[in-house]
Amino acid sequence: MTNTVLDINNLVVAVGKKPNGQKIIDGISIQVRERETLCLVGESGSGKSVTSLTVMGLLQKGSLGPTGGSVKLVGEELLTATDRRLRQLRATQMAMIFQEPMTALNPVVPVGRQIDEVLRAHTDLDARARRKRILDMMEQVRLPQVERIFASYPHRLSGGQRQRIMIAMALVLEPKLLIADEPTTALDVTTQKQILTLIRDLQRDHGTAVLFITHDMGVVAEIADRVAVMRQGRLVETGPLDSILRNPTMEYTRNLLASVPSLVPRPAREETKEPVVLEANDLGKVYRERSFFGKGREVVAADRVTLTLRKGRTLGIVGESGSGKSTVARCIVRLIDPTSGGVRLAGREISDLSRRLLQPHRQKIQIVFQDPYRSLNPRVTVGESIAEGPINYGVSRNDALKRARELLELVGLPADAVSRYPHQFSGGQRQRIAIARALALDPDVLVADEAVSALDVSVQAQVLELLDEIQKRLGIAILFITHDLRVAAQICDEVVVMQHGRVVEQGPAGEVLMHPREAYTKSLLDAAPGRGWDFANFRPVADGVAASA
Amino acid sequence: MLGYLVRRIFAAVPVMGVVALFVFLLLRLTPGDPAAILAGDNATPERLERIRTSLGLNEPLIVQFITWVNKLLHGDLGTSLISNLPVMKMIGQRVEPSISIALSTIILAVVVAVPLGVIAAWKHGTWIDRFVMGLSVLGFSVPVFVVGYILIEIFAIDLRWVPVQGFKSISAGFGPFFERIILPTCALSFIYIALIARMTRAAMLDVLGEDYVRTARAKGISEVAVMMRHALRNAAVPVITVIGTGFALLISGVVVTESVFNIPGIGRLTVDAVLARDYPVIQAMILLTSLIYVVVNLLIDVAYTLLDPRIRY
Repeated sequence: MTNTVLDINNLVVAVGKKPNGQKIIDGISIQVRERETLCLVGESGSGKSVTSLTVMGLLQKGSLGPTGGSVKLVGEELLTATDRRLRQLRATQMAMIFQEPMTALNPVVPVGRQIDEVLRAHTDLDARARRKRILDMMEQVRLPQVERIFASYPHRLSGGQRQRIMIAMALVLEPKLLIADEPTTALDVTTQKQILTLIRDLQRDHGTAVLFITHDMGVVAEIADRVAVMRQGRLVETGPLDSILRNPTMEYTRNLLASVPSLVPRPAREETKEPVVLEANDLGKVYRERSFFGKGREVVAADRVTLTLRKGRTLGIVGESGSGKSTVARCIVRLIDPTSGGVRLAGREISDLSRRLLQPHRQKIQIVFQDPYRSLNPRVTVGESIAEGPINYGVSRNDALKRARELLELVGLPADAVSRYPHQFSGGQRQRIAIARALALDPDVLVADEAVSALDVSVQAQVLELLDEIQKRLGIAILFITHDLRVAAQICDEVVVMQHGRVVEQGPAGEVLMHPREAYTKSLLDAAPGRGWDFANFRPVADGVAASA
Repeated sequence: MLGYLVRRIFAAVPVMGVVALFVFLLLRLTPGDPAAILAGDNATPERLERIRTSLGLNEPLIVQFITWVNKLLHGDLGTSLISNLPVMKMIGQRVEPSISIALSTIILAVVVAVPLGVIAAWKHGTWIDRFVMGLSVLGFSVPVFVVGYILIEIFAIDLRWVPVQGFKSISAGFGPFFERIILPTCALSFIYIALIARMTRAAMLDVLGEDYVRTARAKGISEVAVMMRHALRNAAVPVITVIGTGFALLISGVVVTESVFNIPGIGRLTVDAVLARDYPVIQAMILLTSLIYVVVNLLIDVAYTLLDPRIRY
C-alpha cells in the first residue's frame, strides 16, 4: 500500500463565516495516494473547483470558508494551518495549475522570472543555480528553445506553451501533490493530448499524487487511476476508473456517461434532393493590419473555402482554434465582410451587397453564439430580445411577442418566460432562448457557432436534441461550427475539416470521421480524448465492435 | 523604442499646427476689426491704422498666418498690449512658480495616494478601506481655497511654521523655496490624492480578481510581493493615465491656489490677460497649455509601453 498524500475527510465548505451558511461542499471525503491520479468529475456548480481551492487555502476570504471536516497533506492538517505555514507548503508540498493558461500568467513579467519567483521564495539557491534549475524544468516540460522562452512575455507564447510554463512552475520544487483544475479545457485537442501525456510522464518520474479536476469524461478515460464523481457539493461515488466507466452504481453517474456524445457518427440520413440554401464559393478573408508608418501585416484567416448546404441538412465545420471556422461563419452571416469569393443565400449573391441592400436578406440567416452568458442583453427581457428582430422587419409588437411565447414553448421553456430577464435562467436555458431568438425570423439557415461548447454534457445533449427536433419540424438548414468531434459526429450530415484557414477535407460525416483520408483529420481524431471508450454503452469501443461483429 | 519616440514626436507636429491655426484665427475671426478690439473703445483712426500695419492686418490672411507662425518659431510671441513687454519674457518669469507647484503637487499626491489605494484594495471591505474612501470623498468635496485658508490659518498664522504667502525661486535656496511651496502643494494635492487613491483602488480591485494573482498566491509568495510585483504593475496603466491628465489639468488649474497664496504664476497671468483682453498673452497661454498637454500625453503613452510589454505601436 502506498502512502496517502492528500486525505480529505468529511469536508464542509459554506458561504460566509456563520456556521449555518449555505453549504457549497457538504461532507466529501477523498484520498489521493502517491503516484496516483484521482479524477474529480462533475458538472458546473458541483463544487470541484471549490474543493481544490480549499486544499490550497486559496478560497476568497470572507465569502467562502471551511466549516467542518479535515484536509490532511502528508498527515499535516491544512484547515487549521496558519497563513504563513500554508505559504510555505504551496509550491513545495502542493502546487496547482489552472484552467485558463491565457490569463493565469502575469502579462507584464517574463515567464522565466515568474518561475524564478517560486525558487526565490522557497529556496536559498543563487541566481545561477536557480536559472539552471528553471531551464532544466522547462526542458522537462518539453518547451523548445528554452533560453528564448525564459525571457519571453506570456503573450508571445501559445496556449499550450503557457500551460507548460504553468506546469514547470508547479513542479519545479517537486511537490508531493499536484492539483490540476481543468488544465486542458481551454486547449485544442492535439495540445490537450500532449499536455495530458506530459502530466502523466512527469507524475511517473516524480511520484507525484495528482488531483485532476475535469468535466470531460474523455479526459477521465485518458488519465485517471480512480474517479470521484461530484454533484451539488456531495460525492456521488468513487471507484477505480474501469469500474466507474463499466459499472457505475449511481443513477447520476450513469446519466452523465450516457450524455457523452459518441465519436462514432450517428447513422447517416438519406441524401436529399432539397434545394441548396447556402453556398460559399472560394470565400476568403484577409486581415490587413495597417500601420501609420512602415509596412502593414497580413493574416489570411480564410482561404478559398467552398461549401454547400441543402435545406433540412446540417453541415459541420470542425477545426482547432485559429483554423478560421468562426471567420467563415461570420463572413457567411456577413457580420464581417469577406475579402474575396461569394456567398449565395437562397440563390441570391449576398457577399457584395451593401449594408442597406443586405438588410432584407439578413432574416434568412441567423446565428447562435457560443457563450449564452454574454450573448443576451442582460437588461432586456427575454421576450423583447426575441421579438426585436421581427419588429425590425415590420411585424407588430403584439404579434411579435405572441410569436416569442410560441417560440419559447418550441424550445422547451414556459411561455411566461417572456417577461423574465436572462440572469434568471441557467446556461442551457439561455442557449435555448438564443435559439428561439434566432428562429424568430424564420430563417432558412441557422448558424450555430460553438453553440453547445460552453454547456455541461447533460445540457449539451438536450440542446443537440432540441436542434435536431427543430430541424425535423421546420426543415431548417444548420451550419454547425465546433471544435468537438464528438458533437460533430452526433449532429452533422456533412463535415468540413479546416486548418490554417483552409478546408483540409470534406464529405459525409460517417466517411470523414470513420475513414479520414487526410493526415490532419487523422491526427485530430487520434487526439480526441477517450476515443477508446463508448461511454454511453459502458464499454470500450473495441468490445462494441466485437459484440456487433 | 527610439523609433517609436521619434514617430510620436513627429505625429505631435500636426496637432500643434492645428492648435496654432486655431489660436491665430481666434483673433482674426472674432466679429469686428481685430485692430479695433486691440485698440479699445476710444481709439483714434490713426492709432487703428498703426495697429493694422504693425500686425500686418492689411495682408491676405494666409500671409498673415505664415508671418505669425514664422515669428512663433523664432520665439517671438508678440508684445503684451498692456505692459508692452515681450510675451515670451512675461511667461518666462511666471512659469517657474506654476511648474514647481504642479510638480510638487503631483509628486506628493502620487506618494500618498498610490499606497492608500493599494491598502484600501488589499483590505477591501474593512474599516481601512472605508476610511480611505471616506477621506477621498472629503478630498473631492472641499474646494481648494477652503483647504488653503485652513492650512494658512493653522500653519502660517497660529503656528507660524511657514510664511503666509508668496514665492521664492529655488535659485534663492531650497529652504525658502520649500517653506513657501509646502502649503500650496498640500492644499492643491488634496483633490488629486482623492482622485488617484480612488483610481488606484479600483484598478487594484480589478486586477486582484485576475487569474494570475491567484497563480501568484498559489506559488506561496508573500502578500506584499503579490501586491507589488503582480497586482500594482498591472493596475498601473489606468493610474498613470489619471496622473498624467491630472498633471495637465493642474497646469491650468493652479489659478485659485495662486490667488490664495499670492503666487505670481501663469494661472494669474492668464486671468489678468483675459480680464484686460490682452490677446497676445492669451494666445501664448493657449499655445503653452496645449504644448504641455501634448507632451504629457506623449509621456503617458511612453509610460504605457514601458509598463506593459503587450502595448506596441
